[in-house]
Amino acid sequence: MNGWDELDRFLSTDPRDVGCEKAMDLLHVYVELAARDPEAARRRHPGITAHLRACGPCQEDFEGLLAAVSDAIDY
Amino acid sequence: MAGDRDIGGAQATHASLDAESAEWLRTLGGTGAEREAALERLHAILLRVAGNEVRRRAPRLRLSGPELDDVAHQAAADALLAVTAKLDQFRGESRFTTWAYKFAVLEVSAKLGRHFWRDPGVPLEGEDWERLPDRFGFDPAERSEWRDLLAALRRAVDEELTERQRRIFDAIVLKGVPGDALAVELGTNRNAIYKAMFDARRKLRAALVAQGFLDIGIRGRS
Repeated sequence: MNGWDELDRFLSTDPRDVGCEKAMDLLHVYVELAARDPEAARRRHPGITAHLRACGPCQEDFEGLLAAVSDAIDY
Repeated sequence: MAGDRDIGGAQATHASLDAESAEWLRTLGGTGAEREAALERLHAILLRVAGNEVRRRAPRLRLSGPELDDVAHQAAADALLAVTAKLDQFRGESRFTTWAYKFAVLEVSAKLGRHFWRDPGVPLEGEDWERLPDRFGFDPAERSEWRDLLAALRRAVDEELTERQRRIFDAIVLKGVPGDALAVELGTNRNAIYKAMFDARRKLRAALVAQGFLDIGIRGRS
């Protein structure tokens, strides 16, 4: 991806994006579904998926919670 | 930004709880030694999650080992308080532990946001448009091709954004301040920062499309 594509991707906004508050409110539900079936999570919660794609801090929290859930499976 | 039509549909009743989650609710909602034991066990779990999360983020942080441990302990303690205070808000849409883990992860985020200002590691005075080409991966050898684009972007930032949007764009995009840290600095929350950036991004892209720098056909959703 070159600079033009990267800038375009950064500036593009998705009308399905639910924002941080709603995404964080359901992050635990989304994570459990994503851990089992990522595609199903994307289909069922397109607004959260769109948000995580654009919001670095929320994506970081998603990855952290996904890691925690995945670790728990090993216990 | 939109509302997710599926959000309401994810709610469940406690009747559908798995046995382990139901046991957590029963013991934490109880009294005496049984509740104390459950609190101790939950704290140990939250400390493990917070510790793992701090270590996962550590390579990108300017914190030493003891500071990381402090963040983990503070995050676990505050997450335990949040979980017990909000116990009646657990709706059973996930396992109880997944819901509880979320508080530990979010507390780590919040605490690291506050830590940023102790040692930002970036110059916070003035604007830094020089770092933008590198930030977006523009090839220095093709400077003649992207110079006008970035000049147009800079004009759009000056002319299209509100003062608050400009301040947030400047901090996040030009200075690399994390969103959570900026929220602490501005006395607001992550959602408000994101909303301001969302509106700013939409305005800036529209301005660049209008001037022919970006093709609306590539990404027509904005």
